[in-house]
Amino acid sequence: MSFWQVMIEAFRAMGMNRLRAGLTMLGIIIGVGAVVLMLAIGESVRTDINQRIAAMGSNLFIIFPGSSTSNGVRAGRGAAQTLTQADAQSLASIENVQYSAPILTQPFQVSAGNNNWNAMVYGVTPDYFSIKAWDTDLGSLFGEVEMRSLSRVAIVGRTTAQNLFGEMNPVGQTIRIRNKPFEIIGVLADKGSDLGGGDQDDAVFIPLSTARQQVIRTWFPGSVNMIMVQAASAERMKDVEYDITQTLRIRHRIREDQEDDFTVRDLSAIAEAAQGIATMLTLLLGAIGSISLIVGGIGIMNIMLVSVTERTREIGIRMALGAKRRDVLLQFLTEAIVICVCGGAVGVGVAYLGSIAITKFSPLAVGISPAGIAIAFTFSAIVGVFFGFYPARRAAGLRPVEALRYE
Amino acid sequence: MAALPQPAASALIELAGIRKSYVTGDIETPVLHGIDLTIRRGEFVAIMGQSGSGKSTLMNILGCLDTPSAGSYFLNGEDVAHLSDNALAKVRNKTIGFVFQGFNLLKRMPLVDNVALPLLYAGASMAEARRRAAAKLAQTGLGEFTRRLPNQISGGQQQRVAIARSLVCDPALILADEPTGNLDTATSREIMDLFTRLNAEQGITMLIVTHEADVARYARRLVRLKDGLVTYDGPVADAHL
Repeated sequence: MSFWQVMIEAFRAMGMNRLRAGLTMLGIIIGVGAVVLMLAIGESVRTDINQRIAAMGSNLFIIFPGSSTSNGVRAGRGAAQTLTQADAQSLASIENVQYSAPILTQPFQVSAGNNNWNAMVYGVTPDYFSIKAWDTDLGSLFGEVEMRSLSRVAIVGRTTAQNLFGEMNPVGQTIRIRNKPFEIIGVLADKGSDLGGGDQDDAVFIPLSTARQQVIRTWFPGSVNMIMVQAASAERMKDVEYDITQTLRIRHRIREDQEDDFTVRDLSAIAEAAQGIATMLTLLLGAIGSISLIVGGIGIMNIMLVSVTERTREIGIRMALGAKRRDVLLQFLTEAIVICVCGGAVGVGVAYLGSIAITKFSPLAVGISPAGIAIAFTFSAIVGVFFGFYPARRAAGLRPVEALRYE
Repeated sequence: MAALPQPAASALIELAGIRKSYVTGDIETPVLHGIDLTIRRGEFVAIMGQSGSGKSTLMNILGCLDTPSAGSYFLNGEDVAHLSDNALAKVRNKTIGFVFQGFNLLKRMPLVDNVALPLLYAGASMAEARRRAAAKLAQTGLGEFTRRLPNQISGGQQQRVAIARSLVCDPALILADEPTGNLDTATSREIMDLFTRLNAEQGITMLIVTHEADVARYARRLVRLKDGLVTYDGPVADAHL
């Protein structure tokens, strides 16, 4: 028998008992739908996390000053003001360091006209925007010129801009920080929340030189709140971390037996952990989907066994007419596979509708990939073969005389 | 007798010392105790016997649906007593046409597809199989019913379809197991006339298992079985029916 004849037979057999075929298929529909949708959700969570990580900056170290102890009271990390702009400059000359950006930061009440808003004010160098791969939506970034001339210019994040100016274009407007006017020269592109959930778009950026001179007072001249260092590549992270530590220890004249007075945090480790969680989540969701697919497959096996018993006489007739065992095996196997693949197709459709619903009603953007569909089809065909084989073999193993005699 | 086969005709079926016993647990139940039987091409033979005489078992062995426990069976010159399952399937497909008491048509298939089925198992294409099946249906007088389902025609018509199906691969032998058992007298006569015509016109060897004397009278040779042995083998006319 040719492939098409076997297919026609399979569809005919399904047509004979539509309710039963439909119910059997339902198991596969739910199973395949669950697998596809779960994988899609996992994938979109992973994409979301990756985007956030990329927005954070890649191959990144953040160096905080160490804790300070005064009169036996230990303050928290960053309380000491041991990191300086000069440290940042010397870190920039380490091999495989791409950028080193010192950051001075403090929250301020920022006002524009009658409006005011509490925002984090960052004194940064132009390198900061390179590290963050962050550009403006409107206007432009400041550069070395503004740094040197101590210009009172500011770049605002989207959230801050909205809170101060609403829908108005803030570029060219003036905001006041510590009662000093700053001209807004740019609005940054949306960056969303960081991995901790903080809004990265709620910030005002001004040149570091201006900040130090006119806005943020520090205890020691030249000290900064943190330094961001970007390594040239992911492979060099360990070397760079070691060099940073050594350079700072020498600069800070720390003796062999003393602890560091700074902390180097490797953000890529956080990123890796987050990606690991996303992968685990995808696996978990996929496993849940797979279980329902297996349950659907067992449903198929069950129904096929019933069907083989019911159709024993038919099998006998076919054998009397010249059907070989292989023909019978193929016929029942094809039936199982057809049910699975049809169920798989509907399941993909259900998953597609589900993804639209999730995208609409949740913050996740779930999209079903062609790869996901291919996986689902392959899986459902495999389920068909796996769970259809035993009943089919049972049918093929019937003895013609006994099958013919079966009532 | 004129009705006896010509000595020149070659043997289609040669059974020698056929034994068959069924084993259930430790108990062996012998059914056939050594059957010798030769049937030549073109013969029309009726096999009669009480239930329990072993005629169904003999029929199954003759139809290559079952294999004998002992003895030799040559069909069409081929030793079929020790063939593999696949080879037996091929013999059933090419050499033998089955007609059953209960018609045994596949319920969900149009008549033409029922008749085409053996051709499909023989490897014909769907179009070719349907064309030849329709021709056979027309030959048995059911040309206009090709698209109907078995339950949409009468019992006699269903048996005609079954006969068309048995003929579609041009077999050398037709094995009919109580072919009129489910039919009324008039329809039975029609079916038996059809068998007679096929035997006379196309030279197809007919082997009919029956317990009705009226049916057996259509044959020329009678084989009577009792307790797994042949008790009579000769012209129907000489038998006491």
